[in-house]
Amino acid sequence: MLMGYSFGDLGSIMAMQGFAGLILFSVFVLMALGLAVIFGQMGVINMAHGEFMILGAYVTFLTSRLFTTTLPGAFGAYFFVAVVLAFCAAGLAGMAVEWLLIRHLYRRPLDTLLATWGLSLILQQVYRSVFGAREVGVDQPDWMMGAASLSDSIQIPINGLIVMALTTLIAVGVYLLIFRLGWGKQIRAVVQNRAMAGAVGIDTERVDRLTFGLGCGIAGVAGSAFTMIGSTSPTAGQLYIVDAFLVVVFGGAGSLVGTVASAFTISQARSTLEFFLSGSMAQVVVLLTVVGILMLRPQGLFVLKVRR
Amino acid sequence: MGFLNRKDILFIGLLATLVLVVLPLGLEPFRLNLVGKYLTYGFVALGLVLCWGDAGILSLGQGVFFGLGGYCMAMFLKLEASTPEATKIQSTPGIPDFMDWNQITELPLFWRPFHSLGLTLVAIPLVPALLALLVGFAMFKRRVGGTYFAIITQAMAAILTILIIGQQGYTGGVNGITDLRTLNGWDIRTDHARTVLYFVNGGLLVACLLLGQYVRRSKLGRILVAMRDKEDRVRFSGYAVADFKIFVFCFAAALAGIGGAMFTLQVGFMSPSFVGIVPSIEMVIFCAVGGRTSLLGAVYGALAVNWARTALSEAFPELWLLALGSLFILVVVAFPDGLAGVYRKTFDPALDRLLPWLRRRPAAHPPAVLPGAPVASVE
Repeated sequence: MLMGYSFGDLGSIMAMQGFAGLILFSVFVLMALGLAVIFGQMGVINMAHGEFMILGAYVTFLTSRLFTTTLPGAFGAYFFVAVVLAFCAAGLAGMAVEWLLIRHLYRRPLDTLLATWGLSLILQQVYRSVFGAREVGVDQPDWMMGAASLSDSIQIPINGLIVMALTTLIAVGVYLLIFRLGWGKQIRAVVQNRAMAGAVGIDTERVDRLTFGLGCGIAGVAGSAFTMIGSTSPTAGQLYIVDAFLVVVFGGAGSLVGTVASAFTISQARSTLEFFLSGSMAQVVVLLTVVGILMLRPQGLFVLKVRR
Repeated sequence: MGFLNRKDILFIGLLATLVLVVLPLGLEPFRLNLVGKYLTYGFVALGLVLCWGDAGILSLGQGVFFGLGGYCMAMFLKLEASTPEATKIQSTPGIPDFMDWNQITELPLFWRPFHSLGLTLVAIPLVPALLALLVGFAMFKRRVGGTYFAIITQAMAAILTILIIGQQGYTGGVNGITDLRTLNGWDIRTDHARTVLYFVNGGLLVACLLLGQYVRRSKLGRILVAMRDKEDRVRFSGYAVADFKIFVFCFAAALAGIGGAMFTLQVGFMSPSFVGIVPSIEMVIFCAVGGRTSLLGAVYGALAVNWARTALSEAFPELWLLALGSLFILVVVAFPDGLAGVYRKTFDPALDRLLPWLRRRPAAHPPAVLPGAPVASVE
């Protein structure tokens, strides 16, 4: 008996809050996966990552508008089109940014951090000028709004399940890409030894650009998922950037499994605690715990074994 | 003054004249108060020069220390403004008004020491320094640095902001601590008081600048730079690298705390909007614009960026974010040494030719080629 709840109730609460945290978890995983690819594989700190996510969210918003005006019959499927478009838009924007800005700063990680922060300010202002300072929300198709009942006391929102499936797909895709495909091999080669990778004929600049684009593209997909839980505003991305970085560092930079595991731990801890504490205190407790654990174990939960 | 060469004396003198004579003569009280507010960020920028420019430790949490110093001051002023007579319409007289609104009936324990001015003055540099000691001890002893450290300090800024906003009854929440009136019976809201506070602030800033210069010119300062450029070599030479890092981080935190307290006194309130992630990273840009390896540059940077912010956001509110963002990118890509770098490259040689007697003693601080970028070393 804890705070007047029976164990059965507590189980249901945990399960319900757990599933309520599904979308938050998905957004975290996608944001953090993108960051992990960029930070873990390239050592670049991208403070504008949240703005790439918001770019995806705005693309999703525009797609839903487009479907309601021109193709109302196919509105039910707009989300899947939007995800693809969001990935492409954020990915291309990412590659452009890499080419214009990031590639000049590879040897100065702290400076990249400041420059990308500047970029994030510029992007926020651009969003504000284009879409207005007010928040925009998307209408979800009816079939995504319902909930599936698992038992009498446990219900799962359908859009949560869809976003979850999408996240799983992307996580598995990224894993296969980096650890199974030839291109992933090139990425890892460049990470471990840039000069030698170049010497054996890998176009390191191209690998960098595509990796950065991939990370930003995943952030764009996170933006699509984000439209399901929150309304999109020019500064919404900034709220997630600290959490996303902590997820990456907590999981152990360079370890994709660690990233997913730590995103799961952090988002689930937060949504479960939110039931008992106020939202802000839940966030503080989780962040403090993460920072505390990182002070004891700075390398994060999972460490890639690399011979140096 | 063995730690100052002739050029230092000239330029610190120039800055002191500008801050303490030229500006007060040339500006009306309202503008002077604004400049005083900008100068409080100069304290933070001074700390960042030592911490980031010299030792290569980028802290994105300076707003936390600035805020802690500011809140210490604000708590004292608030308690003084909340006498039982002044608050007799409350259901619990004698406690700050926001506590009463939040159904708190007793002054929380951590507010009690701030009844005393002496304890408050001690707490202003000490509380930020103690937090920095705790964080620095945990991080640097484990050889966490670079980008990891930056992210953790940024998380700290996020945590403190959420905490302040969430615990409205104890901290005043999102509005902060407002309606501050007197300092030990002296009304701080009059024009005269603001002018006096401006001079106190300016004098303190010059004193802190001299202190900072003393640290840089000491053997300690050289070890900091050596650590930035070749940390392992310093460690193998037998220096306790972590201890030096902890010291400089605490020193920067204490400076930021003093800046925060002066900010509260001059602006008349303190709120979480000066604590969080965004203000913290802006403080870094003040330092970067002025030049991360120059104390004087940092003060000018804080003045210039804040002045530009006021001017631009008065005239074109749309443009400010664009301008600030572009400034970040421009400084980092094109002018990594900021204003000081431009000065060193163009004006300094000319000055040497013009006034050769200035050059008698060599500068002890040659700027590095690529300052402040040790890669995250987690072992």
